[in-house]
Amino acid sequence: MSSETVSSTNYIQHHLTNWTYGQFPDGHWGFAHSAADAKSMGFMAIHVDTMLWSVLTGLVFLFFFRKAAKSATAGIPSGLQNFVEMIFEFIDTSVRGSFTAKNDLVAPLALTVFAWIFLMNLMDLVPVDWIPHFAGWVGATFFGADPHHVYMKVVPSTDPNATIGMAFSVFFLVLYYSFKNKGIGGFTAELTLMPFQSSNKVVQALFIPINFLLEFVSLIAKPISLALRLFGNMYAGEMIFILIAIMFSAGWALGTLGGFLQLGWAIFHILIITLQAFIFMTLTIVYLDMAHSEH
Amino acid sequence: MNINLTLIGQSITFIFFVIFVMKYVWPPLVAALDERKKTIADGLAAAEKGKHDGELAQQRVHETLKEAKEKAQEIISQAEKRASEIIEESKDNARVEGERIIAAANAEIEQEVNRAREQLRGQVVTLAVNGAEKVLKREIDEKANEDLLKDLVAQL
Repeated sequence: MSSETVSSTNYIQHHLTNWTYGQFPDGHWGFAHSAADAKSMGFMAIHVDTMLWSVLTGLVFLFFFRKAAKSATAGIPSGLQNFVEMIFEFIDTSVRGSFTAKNDLVAPLALTVFAWIFLMNLMDLVPVDWIPHFAGWVGATFFGADPHHVYMKVVPSTDPNATIGMAFSVFFLVLYYSFKNKGIGGFTAELTLMPFQSSNKVVQALFIPINFLLEFVSLIAKPISLALRLFGNMYAGEMIFILIAIMFSAGWALGTLGGFLQLGWAIFHILIITLQAFIFMTLTIVYLDMAHSEH
Repeated sequence: MNINLTLIGQSITFIFFVIFVMKYVWPPLVAALDERKKTIADGLAAAEKGKHDGELAQQRVHETLKEAKEKAQEIISQAEKRASEIIEESKDNARVEGERIIAAANAEIEQEVNRAREQLRGQVVTLAVNGAEKVLKREIDEKANEDLLKDLVAQL
C-alpha cells in the first residue's frame, strides 16, 4: 500500500470497513462502495466478509473434527485423532470443572465456541494486506470494481456483529435454561429477592425494585461483556497490526522495524487469541452453570 | 462497525455449528474415548487377574511339591520299615528252619542208634544161641532146651 495514492487514514479506514451488502436508503439492494454507504444502510445490511470468513473457519473446524470423529477408534489414536482428542479432553475437563448439572448441550457448545472463536481469531495472524489486496485484485480483474471500493475484513471476531451474535445466542440459552430449571417464579425471585433481603414484609417490598435493578444490570452485563471483551481485544489487536503495516510504506528503516514489531506482536497475539477463545468458552460454561443451579 | 443483519446471520450460523457438533462430532468422540477407557480398564483388570492367577499357580506348585516330598519321605520310611521287617522275618525263619533241621537230624540219629541197637541185640542173641548151641549140642536135646532158650531170649 503506497502512501502516494491513499493516506494513512484512508488506509486504516479501508481496512476497518466491512464488505457490506444491503438495502440503500432509496430502497434498492447492492454492495456498499464506501463506509458511508454501509452506514446509510442501517440494520438491513449484511457483512459478507464476516459471514464468509466465519463460515469458512467454522467449516474448517467442523470438517476436521467430523473427520476425526467419524474415524475415531478406541485403539491407539494417530495424527488428527490425537490432536482432536487433546482438544476434546481439554474442553471436557473445563466443562466438568465448571458445569455441575447434567446437560448434553454444554460440552459441544463449549467446543464449538472455543474452536470457532480460536479459528476466527487466527485470521488475525494473516498479514493484514494479503487477503484484502487479493480481494481487491479479484474485484478489479473479474468484476471491474474499483479496488479501493472492495472491502475485505478477514477477522470475523473484529466485527461486533459476530461477537454479539454469539454472545446473544449464549444469553438466550442462559435465559431458556433459567426459565426451564427454575420456573418463571424462581427466576423472577432470583432477580428481585436478592441480594437485599429482609424479614419485614414492607422493607422487603421496598427492596424488590432495588434488587431488580442490580440483578437485571448484572444479567444484561453477561452477554454484553462476553461480546465486547472478545470484540475489543481482537479489534485492538487488528488495529495494531494495521498501524504496524503502515510502517512498511515509510522507508527501509521503519519498514524493517515494522517487520520485527509485527513478528513480536504476532507471537504475543497467539496468546491473546487463544486466551480470548478460552475466556469466551469458560464464561459460557459458567453462565450456563448459573442458569442450572439454585441459589 | 454497524450493527446489522450480520448479527442474526452469525447467530444462525453459530446455532447450526453447535447442532452439528452436538450431533456428529461430540458423541462419536465420547463413544471412542469411553470405549478406550473401558478397554484399558479391562486390560488392567485382566493383567491383575493374570498376576493373581500366576500367584495362585505358584502357590499350588509349592503345595504340590511339598506334598510330593512328604509322600516320598513317607514311602521311603515305609520301605525302610518294611525292609527291616523283612530282615527280622528272614532271621526268624532262618532260626526256625535251623531248629527244625537240627531236630530232624537228632531224630534221625536216635533212629539210627535204635536200629543199630536192635541189630546188635539180634546179633548178640544169635551169637549167644550159637554159642549155647555149640556148648549144649552134645549134652542136651535140642528140643528140650528150646523152651529154656526162648525164655532166655525174652529176658534179653
